[in-house]
Formats: sequence, C-alpha cells, structure tokens
Amino acid sequence: MNRIEVENLNVYFEEAHILKDNNIKIPKNTVTSLIGPSGCGKSTFIRTLNRMNDLISGFRKEGSIFFDGKEIYEPDVDVVELRKKVGMVFQKPNPFPKSILDNVAYGLKVHGINDKDVVEERVEESLKSAALWDEVKDKLDKSAMGLSGGQQQRLCIARTIAIEPEVILMDEPCSALDPISTTKIEDLIHKLKKEYTIVIVTHNMQQATRVSKHTAFFLHGEIVEIGRTDKLFMEPEDKRTEDYITGRFG
Amino acid sequence: MNNRLEEYLIEKGLFITAISSILIILLIITFIFIEGFPAIESYGVLNFVFGSTWAPLKGEFGVLTMIVGTLGITFLALALAVPLSLLCAIFMAEIAPSSMRRILKPVIETLAAIPSVVYGFFGLIVLVPLMREQFGGTGFSMLTASVILMVMILPTIISVSEDALRSIPYEYKEASLALGATQWQTIKNVIFPAAIPGVITGIILGMGRAIGETLAVIMVAGNVTQFPSSVLDPVRALTSNIAIEMGYATGMHYNALFGTAIVLFFMIIFLLVLANYFHYKKKVVIGGGYL
Repeated sequence: MNRIEVENLNVYFEEAHILKDNNIKIPKNTVTSLIGPSGCGKSTFIRTLNRMNDLISGFRKEGSIFFDGKEIYEPDVDVVELRKKVGMVFQKPNPFPKSILDNVAYGLKVHGINDKDVVEERVEESLKSAALWDEVKDKLDKSAMGLSGGQQQRLCIARTIAIEPEVILMDEPCSALDPISTTKIEDLIHKLKKEYTIVIVTHNMQQATRVSKHTAFFLHGEIVEIGRTDKLFMEPEDKRTEDYITGRFG
Repeated sequence: MNNRLEEYLIEKGLFITAISSILIILLIITFIFIEGFPAIESYGVLNFVFGSTWAPLKGEFGVLTMIVGTLGITFLALALAVPLSLLCAIFMAEIAPSSMRRILKPVIETLAAIPSVVYGFFGLIVLVPLMREQFGGTGFSMLTASVILMVMILPTIISVSEDALRSIPYEYKEASLALGATQWQTIKNVIFPAAIPGVITGIILGMGRAIGETLAVIMVAGNVTQFPSSVLDPVRALTSNIAIEMGYATGMHYNALFGTAIVLFFMIIFLLVLANYFHYKKKVVIGGGYL
C-alpha cells in the first residue's frame, strides 16, 4: 500500500525547470532515501510533499502528488491539516528559542491541545521516541538553545512526532552533526519506521544503505533510477547511477 | 616601519575622535550642572523637584507639574503609538507583498524626516480646532500633544521593530509552518516573541524622541503649569519650560531653567536605565526559555 504517489511531477521556480517528470511511489511504513549531487532537486522534491515550496514566490508545479489517494494540491486541501500529517525535519537543527518543553508542546498547542496532562504525557512520549528523554528529563524548562547540535536535531524530531504525523520528511537531517549524533539519529530512524513513513534526503550514501529500504537517485531534476536500496547500490541499471555511487562524479 | 607608523597614527587618531565626542558631552553636562545648581541649592532639592508652584517673579521654582506633564505626554504618546506601530511592523515584515513593502518603508521613513515645527504647525491648525470641537475646552491639551508625538515616533518604532522582525531566522518560521501552524500562529508564537528585544529598542528610541521633543509640544500642549485633571487639560513639559522662558530669564530664574534641564537629564537617565534593565538584565522570557 502506497502512502505517497507522485505522478509526472514537474516543478518550476520562475523560468527554471527544477524537477522533470518525477514518478515515485512511497510505500507505507518504509524508509525511502533520496540521493544525488547538490542542486539536483532532492530538497525541492521533498519540500513539495508538504507544500513548503508554496512559501517561495515563483513556485509552480505540474503533475500530481497523492497522499493516501488524495491530491494534495487540490484547492480544497487544508495545508495546515496536510502539514500536520506530513511532518518535516530540516537540515539545520532549528528548535525555537523556547524551553525544551515548549518546543515539543508547540505543535500540540497550535492544534488546540491545551490540557496540561495530555500535553505533558505527549511530550514525554515524543522525547522518549526520539531517544532524548533521559538526557533532558531534568531540564525540560531550560532553553532548547543550550542543547548540543545532535540533541537539538532529536528535539526537532520529537517536536515533529508529537503531533503524530503519518509521514516524516527529513532533509539531510545529519549533515550538520558529528558521527555519534548521526548514529543516534539513524538508530532512531530504524525505530520510527515501524510507525511512520519516512522520506530522507541524504548526501551520505552509506547512510542511505544503512537506513532505507528504497532509494531514488536524482540527477539534474530527473529521477534516474529508483528501486530497492541493496539492488540500486549493488547492481545499478543506469550507467549514471553507477558513476555516481562509485564516486566518479558528484 | 612605515606601516607601523601608519597603524599608530590611525589608532591614535580614532582614539582622539572617540574621546573628543565624549569630552564634548561631559563639558555640556558640566556646564548645565554649574549653571543649574545654584537655583536648586538655594530653593532646596526637594522643593525644586516636588514643588508644584512655578512662579519665577515670586521666586518660586517647583517643577513637579512639568515632570507630570512630560511623563503624561510621553506615556500617552507611547500608549497610542506602540500598538499601532507594532501591528504596522508585523504587517510590513510578514504579510505585505514585497512590492507593497518597497513603497511603505520609504514613506514611513520620510515621516521621520519631517521637521518638528511642521508637525507642530499641523497640530495647531488642524488638530487643536478638531479637539476643541470634539471635546470642548481650548483644544490645547495633553492629548493633542500626545497625538502629534505619536505621529512623530511612529516611524522610529515601526522601522526598528520591522528590522527586528525581519532579522528572525527564516528557519523558525519554516519550523512552525511545517508543524501545521497557521501564519498568524507563527507570527504570534514564534516570530514576534523572538523579536521582542529589538522591539523594545525601538520603543526606547521612540520614548527618547518623545521626551526630548520641544517645539511641536509647545505649539499644541497649552503650556500651563498646573496639574492636569484629565488628558484634555493643558500641560507644560520640562523641555517647553526651558524654551518658552529662556528668552527673558535672568538671575535665579535663569539658573532655575538650567535646573529644569538637570531634572530632565536625570529623568531620561532613569528611564533609559529602566528600559535597559528590561532589555538586557531580565532578558525576555518566552514560556520559560531565554532568548
């Protein structure tokens, strides 16, 4: 069963043709990696899935994106509801300049969940799922800005899962982190995939092989190849994929 | 060798420039104190500051009515200007399309460049008669002065607050929207709280301008040395007192005007220290987190 289906997606910023005829199916409760050289459109693609590109002037798209069978760019779709179901973790950890508790509770608050007990319970659950609870449980009222980069990124993941999305989009979540924090995030992804559908953009091909079931290789806005991760890396069908993963360019 | 000499000269040159501007200010302050002190000393500090009768011909120099006048005009102007300018800054920074902002920003900054006598004249010709018709009395009042001051400090507060709002990292906004917050929720809960230190700076600058403004206030405030019983009563500000009477003051009266300047000086220092205390020492607490 596919959670997200993208059909003939073309994206333009002003005149620039960024994504070209992308087709991809993302099955439920799996991890899908998007790899490719810088500027190939991976981030644009992932940001199209929760309509974050709507904020950028000059954005235009053709083709369809279905989330649970429903086209997300239809006029009657509530973007707020969509983003609640399709959460996002960004490249640079971006906690709010608020306390740890308020960061995780933020999503609940904006969706009208104010009951103190419910909020506290959800915050604890989310921080536990994000493997951060033990490190922060005694300082929930301290500023999130005092956490390390890796902790901040896990806090951002906790903040995202607190509103119980169905999909988590991760845009190079480990690129600003050290190896130990990266391992922690990867372990977390393994744990989260049981409940969530995860799409992750990564520059690190080892990371793609470690965490994902499927991988798509982007080049110049096209999806050159898509398939099972082990197959894509062991026996790529396209010459360009082989060149990229063996390090001949990019 | 040549390079080191050049470095040396530039360093010393910059030092002298910096020190001389401080010296000039210190000199002015010293002068004010020397000139003003005799009046305060002979009349008594408490009598001077807390006396409510200002009658130079009878030798009475109490400035309390004018302290009340200055504070009343300033805070009423801030009360009118702050909500208006903050909403305007939010609109410009977050909601207005960039084409609109490109027009709004220079227009608002032009407001700050209009000489205060023009505002005063406008107040005298338009606002005073309007107040007279609407509320009765002479039309010269604390409220009239505050409305004029409001217009004068709007551009400062708007401009500084807008810069503060726009300097909030885009990542915060993105993070909030990605969690399914609406645009207004994002502004209210994330962007505005993060911009509060900058907003406070804008309000302090506006307050400074309001306290110091003399000419426009003289033209519309009525300048009576009485305690106002309502915002519709005429008042005299400390600055106005100096400007109105300095032309003919001699002897102790002359010293008392400098004494007025000393009182104004301490009031401004006090308000700045207070504002800075909120700005830096307390930091700004947002739901338990520190900025």
